[in-house]
Amino acid sequence: MTSNVPAIEPDYLHAQTNRKGIGAWIFSTDHKRIGILYMVSMLVFFMTAVVLGVLMRLEMLTPGKTIMQPQTYNTFFTLHGIMMIFLFIIPGLPAVFGNFLLPLMIGAKDVFFPRLNLLSWWLFITGGLLALVSLFLPGGPADTGWTFYVPYSIRTTTNVIPALFAAFILGFSSILTGLNFITTIHRMRAPGMTWFKMPLFTWALYSTAWIQILATPVIGITLLLVVVERLFGVGIFDPNLGGDPVLYQHLFWIYSHPAVYIMILPGLGVVSEILPVFARRTIFGYKVIAYSSLAIAFIGSLVWAHHMFTVGMSNTGMFIFSLLTFLVSIPSAIKVFNWIATLYKGSIKIEVPFLFVLSFIFQFSIGGLTGLMLGVLAVNIHVQDTYFVVGHFHYVMFGGTGFGLMAAMHFWFPKMFGKMFKKTPAIIGWLLMTIGFNTLYFPMFILGYLGMPRRYYDYLPQYQSYHIVSTVGSWILFIGILVIFINLLISLKKGMKASANPWGGKTLEWTVASPPPVENFHEIPVVEKGPYDYSEYEIKPELIK
Amino acid sequence: MTTAATTHTHRDDVGSRMGMWLFLFTELILFGGLFIIYAVYRFKFPEQFSLAARELDTLIGTVNTIILLTSSLTVALSITAIQQGKKHLSMMLIGMTIIFALAFLVNKYFEWSHKISIGIYPQSPELLNKPPGEILYFGLYYVMTGLHALHVIIGMVVLLFSMVFIASGKINQQSYVKLEAGGLYWHLVDIIWIFLFPLFYLIS
Repeated sequence: MTSNVPAIEPDYLHAQTNRKGIGAWIFSTDHKRIGILYMVSMLVFFMTAVVLGVLMRLEMLTPGKTIMQPQTYNTFFTLHGIMMIFLFIIPGLPAVFGNFLLPLMIGAKDVFFPRLNLLSWWLFITGGLLALVSLFLPGGPADTGWTFYVPYSIRTTTNVIPALFAAFILGFSSILTGLNFITTIHRMRAPGMTWFKMPLFTWALYSTAWIQILATPVIGITLLLVVVERLFGVGIFDPNLGGDPVLYQHLFWIYSHPAVYIMILPGLGVVSEILPVFARRTIFGYKVIAYSSLAIAFIGSLVWAHHMFTVGMSNTGMFIFSLLTFLVSIPSAIKVFNWIATLYKGSIKIEVPFLFVLSFIFQFSIGGLTGLMLGVLAVNIHVQDTYFVVGHFHYVMFGGTGFGLMAAMHFWFPKMFGKMFKKTPAIIGWLLMTIGFNTLYFPMFILGYLGMPRRYYDYLPQYQSYHIVSTVGSWILFIGILVIFINLLISLKKGMKASANPWGGKTLEWTVASPPPVENFHEIPVVEKGPYDYSEYEIKPELIK
Repeated sequence: MTTAATTHTHRDDVGSRMGMWLFLFTELILFGGLFIIYAVYRFKFPEQFSLAARELDTLIGTVNTIILLTSSLTVALSITAIQQGKKHLSMMLIGMTIIFALAFLVNKYFEWSHKISIGIYPQSPELLNKPPGEILYFGLYYVMTGLHALHVIIGMVVLLFSMVFIASGKINQQSYVKLEAGGLYWHLVDIIWIFLFPLFYLIS
């Protein structure tokens, strides 16, 4: 039961390949190695963006200048946004854990297009490096915000073009990953694994992949048009030549709103994966959770203009987009209710991944509910472009996806590296992160409600007390993140050897050795049961009598 | 079965084709963004758009349409040829497709350089004197036909590689899904033009 692979077979970390040293990794088409490549590169970008964020918070400690000039602040929030969004959250869960786990979860030996997969990573690195290079070219780093709104992005003299190209290339990488995953899920499921026997993380990846494919090209062409605009001045978004800047915003959000679902859907999938394992209970409402992923992907593609309620749309347009925004919250809420129902009467075992999942549910609910408030037209006009939006966004993206990623890191760490991590430091790290996170972002809701605009370098003195609380929160959060990562790094070297299935998971990745062998499955498994079969833990009705 | 290397040789043409179709979707949506912009501005400036459209040479456009349609035929024939094992015929047909593509680009070159010579190009004083609808029309004309021309070039490279693969035997009577993918891409280039042609040349 522990493993269907003979022990002598080398695992993917140590297997001999025809290339040596780093070449054995950066030219590997093994989906597991590519997953690890993504993880390492992504965490580098993540930590850089975290440091930028901490510095920005430090700047906001006092009104006026604290540590940096206004222009530096502008480039910092731009870089923080570009890196966090295009280099961390979008590739985060799908590219790292999707790559590593998708074939393992559906009982395949690799993804459908292994070489295309490697190309995706190379594109990712190219885009990332281009973004970094743009910092040091003459002209200075971009200062437009990650949204690249015209007309400012056409007029500013900073290095907008390299940044735009970087985002374009990263989009291409994201498209290829999505294409690969859809084909893999359609064509490579093990015998017996019907659609409704797939793990829910796979369902989340499937829905995400469709958004990646269908929405990303729109941002691709939009960003290219800004490049063309800067180089040739064709006038498409330039009001001086008859163009319409609002059209840019529409096209931008046609991608970028669905993109927030690229960011959150895999996180929701991770929660659905981890909860049943530690509740020792079959997930409640499997099919509804699976369908709700698709529903989020579908409705989420139709709500983009709720980012633009103040640009002067028709009232009909505003009502429709507001209504659709309410609708998209339904499938998200369905997931939350099903998770809670899964916990009910479960035999809960408190482990680190589970703690992160609990934080996720709490913070995601706050993020989701404040999102509904933003969807209300009257409220939106009041809090548009304030810290309220910043708070909402970070509650969903960091409190949700970020914590989901931490949960996933701890949950699959033994599988990826064959080592267990130390539990106590991880719990301390989780506690610090949760406290720090809420201290950092909750005051932003109040600040925003009181009228503090986002992206402002300076502010009125009456806002200062909230800013101080928020900045202190950023320090706690930062220490929490450090504790988590240092613990994982030490465990990588000194951790106890992990068994094939340390948590008692029921999905296929737990049937192979930790770390998995190069070929994943010696023999392709035949699937007979659903993914979360914990019937052995359930109290049989006949026993109660 | 026993050696690890044999497991990567599995083949699934349906899956490969599916991947290609998904990629074509993304291409369609890439152009879709431009078509939306076109629709918005056409709606905003209907008279100026139709005035500007009269400046285009419908004859060159028609010739190019015929060239591209024929090239789609030759690429489809080349797939049939390889299915029947006629290697040289297939290569010849792909060669014809590439020549058609070149002819298309040459026409495009003359068309663009004529426009530029009479002073119609982005930021030209001539164009800036025109009303905004015409500026946008020509801006879109250059961007959309330019992006399409870029796709023609990419398509040529893809077909060139297909030809090399046929010569080396990598694409053969049993395994021709790569050529099919190249063919599909070429049809995409064709179909986008079929939309560009009426939008820019015929509606005036």
